[in-house]
Amino acid sequence: MTTTSILSHALRRWVWAGLLALLVPGLAAAATPLPKIPKPRAKFSATQDCVQPIPEMRRNHMKYILHHRDETMHQGIRTTRYSLKACINCHVQKDPKTGEYPSIETKDHFCNSCHSYAAVHIDCFQCHSTRPVEYKGYHPLARR
Amino acid sequence: MEKEADTARRRFLARATGAIAGMVVAPGVILQQVARAKPADEPVTSAQRWGMLIDTNKCQKGCDACVQGCVKENNIRSHYGPATDSQWIRKVEVRDRNSGHSFSLPMMCQHCAHPPCADVCPTGASFRRADGIVLVDRHICIGCRYCMMACPYKARSFVHEDIGPEEHVPWVPRGKGTVEACTLCVQRVDRDGANAVPACAEACAADGHDAFVFGDLNDPNSRISQELAKHGATEIRADLGLDLGIRYRGI
Repeated sequence: MTTTSILSHALRRWVWAGLLALLVPGLAAAATPLPKIPKPRAKFSATQDCVQPIPEMRRNHMKYILHHRDETMHQGIRTTRYSLKACINCHVQKDPKTGEYPSIETKDHFCNSCHSYAAVHIDCFQCHSTRPVEYKGYHPLARR
Repeated sequence: MEKEADTARRRFLARATGAIAGMVVAPGVILQQVARAKPADEPVTSAQRWGMLIDTNKCQKGCDACVQGCVKENNIRSHYGPATDSQWIRKVEVRDRNSGHSFSLPMMCQHCAHPPCADVCPTGASFRRADGIVLVDRHICIGCRYCMMACPYKARSFVHEDIGPEEHVPWVPRGKGTVEACTLCVQRVDRDGANAVPACAEACAADGHDAFVFGDLNDPNSRISQELAKHGATEIRADLGLDLGIRYRGI
């Protein structure tokens, strides 16, 4: 192989790489838009957004709530840091346009916004409430 | 080996001394635990045993305030009528055939110390909490309903219908395909401790009958223990030896 052919080979590779770099982000954005995740009510603390750093929560939130679930159910431990109720209270907020809490069926609901994107089916809400405790539209008989 | 035994003995001695020092401040002065709600981060313990005393002399025939109170607190709605609706508490009319004397009483989960429902549960979903409250962990309930068969008090219900988002309340998660029963309003007990009043008792008191006394059976100073010590009470089907948390007076 001559020196020129090696050079042209390398050059071609660079050109392809450059073209791909230009094309791919555009294609990706058009094909799979990132989920629009609703904003929570407040930050956990001045230095931390959620009860654990966000990458940790994105990856492992289910482990935290699963662990807490068993503690609450069987031992009556009712701390709020990792409780599903507290997640909902902070993350599910009224739509400013309609003044209503979003339905779990829609992508405006915090949990569903990402779970529909990731195609991960959850059955938490077959039993658990999808709206914060202060929601006034619960059964007309139920108070608090 | 010897060293291990030695540390164990030391640990025991340290704990025992601590415990005695905690109890006795001065000769003749013993600290009493004040009834208060358990901190949220502490597990429930067998130091308490929650129970309820129901005075059937105060319970009115035809009154279902307790049932309505329960329905309200736990947001139990009717779907397709009484054959399949959930029922955590019901009113029962009892009549003595010989004398004709009749009275009514509320019947619900009796929160047995030895619950047959928990014995037969194949998944461990039915269980008795350390403080005596018998619950269903719906996360692991498979809806087989063995517990409903085993319960001598017909206290449990199966959820036949979908419970939609409009019916859910955050303090009582309920869902189709699982078994449920009276929880002694565990959400209130965990929040208020010995001062808790289950919804049925609250509704009964609000109606002016005050037939329920909720409290700690292990605490000799609680109202329930004092009333039990003074007047006694009956366990329904005491012959089964289940050691019930719900006691009745006047039956």
